[in-house]
Amino acid sequence: MLRDNTSKVVLIGGILIILFGAVAPNWIVNQLMFGFSRALAILGLLVLWRTGLVSFGHAFYFGLGAYTVAILDIQLGVTDVFVRLLGGACLAGLAGFLVGFIMRNYRDIFFAMLNTAISMVLYGIIVKTESLGSTDGFAISLPTIFGVAPETKYPLFVVITTVAIVSALLINFYLKTTIGRLTTPIRDNEIRVEYLGFSVAHAIHLKYTMSAILAGGAGALMAMSLGQVDPDSMINWTVSGELVFITILSGPGNVIAPFIGSLVFEVLRTYAFELAPHLWQLIVGGTFLTIIFFLPGGIWSLISKLGRSTS
Amino acid sequence: MTESKPILEVRDLLKTFGAVVAAKDINVDVRKGEIVGIIGANGAGKTCFVNMVTGYLKPTSGSIAFDGVQLVGKGPREVTHAGISRSFQVSQVFHTMTVAENLMIALAIAKNRGFAALREMDSPDLLTRRDDVLTRYHLDSYKDMTVNVLSQGVRKLLDIAMAVVSEPRILLLDEPTSGISVEEKFGFMDVVIEALREDEVTVLFVEHDMEIVERYVSRVLAFYQGEIIADMSPKKALADAKVQEFVIGTRH
Ligand SMILES: Nc1ncnc2c1ncn2[C@@H]1O[C@H](COP(=O)(O)OP(=O)(O)OP(=O)(O)O)[C@@H](O)[C@H]1O
Ligand SMILES: [Mg+2]
Repeated sequence: MLRDNTSKVVLIGGILIILFGAVAPNWIVNQLMFGFSRALAILGLLVLWRTGLVSFGHAFYFGLGAYTVAILDIQLGVTDVFVRLLGGACLAGLAGFLVGFIMRNYRDIFFAMLNTAISMVLYGIIVKTESLGSTDGFAISLPTIFGVAPETKYPLFVVITTVAIVSALLINFYLKTTIGRLTTPIRDNEIRVEYLGFSVAHAIHLKYTMSAILAGGAGALMAMSLGQVDPDSMINWTVSGELVFITILSGPGNVIAPFIGSLVFEVLRTYAFELAPHLWQLIVGGTFLTIIFFLPGGIWSLISKLGRSTS
Repeated sequence: MTESKPILEVRDLLKTFGAVVAAKDINVDVRKGEIVGIIGANGAGKTCFVNMVTGYLKPTSGSIAFDGVQLVGKGPREVTHAGISRSFQVSQVFHTMTVAENLMIALAIAKNRGFAALREMDSPDLLTRRDDVLTRYHLDSYKDMTVNVLSQGVRKLLDIAMAVVSEPRILLLDEPTSGISVEEKFGFMDVVIEALREDEVTVLFVEHDMEIVERYVSRVLAFYQGEIIADMSPKKALADAKVQEFVIGTRH
């Protein structure tokens, strides 16, 4: 049996990236912050995808996390990064837990589109509500960390990377537990899982709630990194689509994959907008096709192939 | 044996699908350690009976008591927890996973109930148990193969092995030898029955092959159009006029 070095790689890689961030130029630190924030949501979608479930509406939880930060900032004057993050993740988690009672009964396209429907309702409410910023959204103040207002974005970067490391380690462990292993089995044969004595509904409910917490945390961190929230870049259905796109780009093979996939996505987008502002759709579509035809296991399959051939 | 209380008591079971009567007036007592053969032509209601006992189908009326506990109204999961497992007419395994992975998840679910499900699955203890089951069910050589590439016979063995790891007190096997070649059937059943006898499991199995029935069971239930038309020793059953006419089809 192959030894799993994932947690070691996450830990050492994460620390190196934190150190690298101290000397890296600003734009790189920004890309890393955006990439790692979004990657948390992908981590949750990875767990669902392994179970055979694709949500085409997780911008709902992403947006909930982001807007919780905005409300905490603007209405309550909360500046602490951890309170904001936990606020966003918990609210999204609670929503996910409640919605999960419905979602656990649906599969395939119904599961995917029910999620879309819910995200569209939230989008509609926010766009129509002046006090929630309507279509303009809000600007968000830079968070304080342990009561200190940092002068650069680096401390926030350290927080985000640390949260990314911890989340990756936790999900990596979860995937090794009995309940965490109930991904492929549920995808393959639900009846058998029930006859073995495990409730498929409970397993899916847990995974769904976890994915909501992660997407909420992702949204909260993204809001703080960007310094703003608005419905079109946080809750619109295209955001859900992006999340699914990055999930497939990353591949389901490993908890590190979402972080690499999200970074590739950020870089791709930045350069695409700079070099050819009108070709974004074409580039995303082209990449998507390439991945599906030539790399169905996503970027991760490339990396694991390289890893195997060198060792 | 006759004086001990039955472990499974089925009373006046009825199951209808609209106008179709799939089970009617089913009354059966099964004692601990018995190996019971269920026979009957296609569509006689054998699978339907297995499905009702294991909670997949809810009877229209009647009762099923397992060690005094009422099973009617319980689903497959609760029935499994109560101590009854089953295998399937068409094997129900995890087809994109290897044989070893299939068994491991079955073991882990059976052994890591409740919060233990949040512990790491691959414990040395479970790995040892898994290898033990692999050996007992002659699955060693298929260990690392994906189910997709395996023959129906191996899948059936795996299906049964997965049902057994929860250490059930009653095991229902729905046509364990279907899809297995004539030459392999006896070897296959030897493996299965020997492993089950070792654990003193009470077994009910559906079977079309009368040679298999004669060889392994202590008692036969013959189904015809949803009813039990004979409940006797295999020798008597095979000589019974009704069984010959409606099950085996030798009288015309
Ligand atoms: N879900 C259902 N809806 C309607 N009728 C059903 C359903 N399930 C079973 N039946 C009917 O109940 C009867 C018994 O079916 P069952 O599957 O139990 O037969 P069987 O004895 O297992 O046959 P076989 O040897 O072919 O497996 C059949 O007439 C079948 O058509
Ligand atoms: Mg049948």
